[in-house]
Amino acid sequence: MSKNGKPKFGMYWASSCGGCEISVLNIGEKILDVDAVFDVVFWPVAADFKYEDVRNYPDGYIDLCLFNGAIRNSENEEMARLVRKKSKVLVAFGSCAYEGCIPALSNFTTKEATYRAVYLDNPSTDNPDGVLPQEITQVPEGELEIPTFYNTVKALDQVVPVDYYIPGCPPEPPQIWAVLEAVVAALTQGADLPPAGSIIGATQVAVCEECPLEKHEKTIDRFYRPYEKQPEPGLCLLEQGIICMGPATVGGCGALCPQVGMGCRGCYGPLPGVEDQGARMLTALASVIDVGKIGDDEAKLDRELDEIMDTIVDPAGTFYRFSMSHSILHRARVSGNGQKKGEA
Amino acid sequence: MKKVSIDPITRLEGHGKIDIFLNDEGDVANAYFIIPELRGFEQFCVDRPAEEMPRITNRICGVCPEAHHMAATKALDALFHVEPSSAVKKVREMFYSAFYVTDHTTHFYALGGPDFVMGPDAPPAERNILGIVHKVGVETGKQVINCRIRNHDIIKMLGGRGVHPVAGLPGGWSQAVTKEMQAHIEEAAKENVEFALFSLQLFEDIVLGNKDYVDLILSDAFTERTYYMGTVDPNNHVNFYDGKIRVVDPEGNEFVKYEAKDYREHIAEHVESWTYLKFPYLKGVGWKGLVDGKDSGLYCATPLSRLNAADGMATPKAQEAFDKLYDTLGSKKVNGRYQPVHHRLATHWARLVELLYAAERMLELATDPEITDPNVRPVVKTRPDEGVGSVEAPRGTLTHHYWTDEKGILTKVNLVVGTTNNYAPLALSVKNTAKSLIKKGTVITEGLLNRVEMAFRSYDPCMSCATHSLPGQMPLEVTIRDPEGNVVERLSQYT
Repeated sequence: MSKNGKPKFGMYWASSCGGCEISVLNIGEKILDVDAVFDVVFWPVAADFKYEDVRNYPDGYIDLCLFNGAIRNSENEEMARLVRKKSKVLVAFGSCAYEGCIPALSNFTTKEATYRAVYLDNPSTDNPDGVLPQEITQVPEGELEIPTFYNTVKALDQVVPVDYYIPGCPPEPPQIWAVLEAVVAALTQGADLPPAGSIIGATQVAVCEECPLEKHEKTIDRFYRPYEKQPEPGLCLLEQGIICMGPATVGGCGALCPQVGMGCRGCYGPLPGVEDQGARMLTALASVIDVGKIGDDEAKLDRELDEIMDTIVDPAGTFYRFSMSHSILHRARVSGNGQKKGEA
Repeated sequence: MKKVSIDPITRLEGHGKIDIFLNDEGDVANAYFIIPELRGFEQFCVDRPAEEMPRITNRICGVCPEAHHMAATKALDALFHVEPSSAVKKVREMFYSAFYVTDHTTHFYALGGPDFVMGPDAPPAERNILGIVHKVGVETGKQVINCRIRNHDIIKMLGGRGVHPVAGLPGGWSQAVTKEMQAHIEEAAKENVEFALFSLQLFEDIVLGNKDYVDLILSDAFTERTYYMGTVDPNNHVNFYDGKIRVVDPEGNEFVKYEAKDYREHIAEHVESWTYLKFPYLKGVGWKGLVDGKDSGLYCATPLSRLNAADGMATPKAQEAFDKLYDTLGSKKVNGRYQPVHHRLATHWARLVELLYAAERMLELATDPEITDPNVRPVVKTRPDEGVGSVEAPRGTLTHHYWTDEKGILTKVNLVVGTTNNYAPLALSVKNTAKSLIKKGTVITEGLLNRVEMAFRSYDPCMSCATHSLPGQMPLEVTIRDPEGNVVERLSQYT
């Protein structure tokens, strides 16, 4: 707490797209309230601070630090360790820090394959000598250094202990504001903080619960890709055979995507108590698939079920679109991976 | 040899670093602009269904997700061989125009503009959006915030979400524009036109009315002669959503004009081991390293580049603003078109001309009777194979290229991203700025930091939408080490 009684606030981005920061700015004029209630001591996008200052802060100096972005390289990991040490409450903010997000789709492949696709076997790259990025390069004038690119994308809590998680890609502005208000109440008025390890800034129930599209307990005999069918307005997309991750995803976003006719992709992560979002989605699918009735020929049913499931393309990349780092898969087994010593 | 590291403390720390080497005389031997990060989308998108790309690749950048969403959506049109209806194209372009208005507004007022409105020598504490508000009035500040809110609301209304939109489909858009939406968007577009005109007037009053600023724009330190790239419509007017890619040489002659799908015949990317980002260049000229001029294949793709590559603007008020920019900066017309402006700082002015065009175009589309066509989501049954999609991102020509199997599962992905186009000229600008300001090792002062920062800002680099902090400055720290690597001096903007 600062001398003026205001809690100290920090926000940092690791491997991220910047969308989390934009979402914070999209709380609109309330951003001025953030400035009023917090003493901002560390926020690269919004305030002037020196990196050196953070190093010099005593441990636990920052009351609340929101960390967005995944751990993609050695620099991200170093920063994660530094801000963990300097922060009382460290929050994994947004899907990347929480569970890997889109960048963690990289965990289906390897560093070598990525380098090959970007620098070697690339349709517009002219690289006859096969030059690849090197951690240290000798140039005529001296030495240049870049961070180590990891084989596996990690969530923040796979590198340092995390106190809370705020899901979403990005978290929706009203949820961000609600969390900030709760934290201020806890820090200044002695209100209780949620139990350590909680997921905050989300509901406790599925996206479906906040989705206005109507459900009719209808079953389907095949799935459609979003361009293969014009969905009936006002009706549940999944019951029309359009993949929607709503049933396997915790709410809080306001079910924005289904309302414009596009299925949920699960960016808010799994439901409370569910470890694996993809596995939960498979269970949810079972409830909408037409599996015939008792007495039907079982071999025929199996065949039909297989046919229905075959109409789902890329189930792994869809059901684990945002949660790969935290999934039971964690990363796909791939031959010849270039993992470094000590890397998960 | 001395090494001077500029370690920006904002996002550039994670996404960019400058190492400057001094020779024994204390002059700049070389400067390296390093991008220490790779995301790897080209590889991890493989095996995904192609139609998911608009929703995956927008995560390349949360500041301009609309650009990736749109390039990906257009790549799907080509991939599935489905020509969008004219109503679909209009809805997409209207969405895209709203995005341009908010993006260019944010850059001018919060990021790049303070250098001019407050002046490059104003104390850092005043060179920010609050400084602008103080100088031009609270009312202006409110207008800026309202403009951002107004257009973000429309982006969410049309695209489904405020950040990372979801509505793009092959040949279509997931939802139609209702009459209520249309009325709302028309009103917003009118306000946008007024706001853009107001912004240009502000620029004229404050910047053009001050000889020192004009001299700064015209100074050698911020001048590089390169090729310029931009998308043009059939009349060779600037277009953000669709058209052919046109490249002009440093004298302003058309060097090449091509269909986006043929990009590989005209550009290639060079790799260096000390950075994760590649350097695109014009194949027809060749990679000659980080040098400018007609014999070097470096090109720029920025707001100023788009104006340089075009013959004019497609809307009347923007055309007037276009003429004024070139006339004021002393550009002569040759064969009916203006010669390029090479002064990098004029990019800020060009951005405002584009802001006006985006606002006027948005209004045209919002009042188009076809915009409320209910049929914008076609069922697509064609067999996909390969497709290229291209748009003008605010920070440069953006190209997505996909290959799939017969089921539409991606087998190969190539991306040439907006800012990447400008990596080489940006690195060149950094080097030239350093050379012009560091002589005999003596002139390393805050001036260097400000000027390097300004060189950056004119490009509005995305690794760095980013390098800008919200108050309108990029905190920089310069560490000077002796040949043994000991720190001999440390300079910061915040002293």
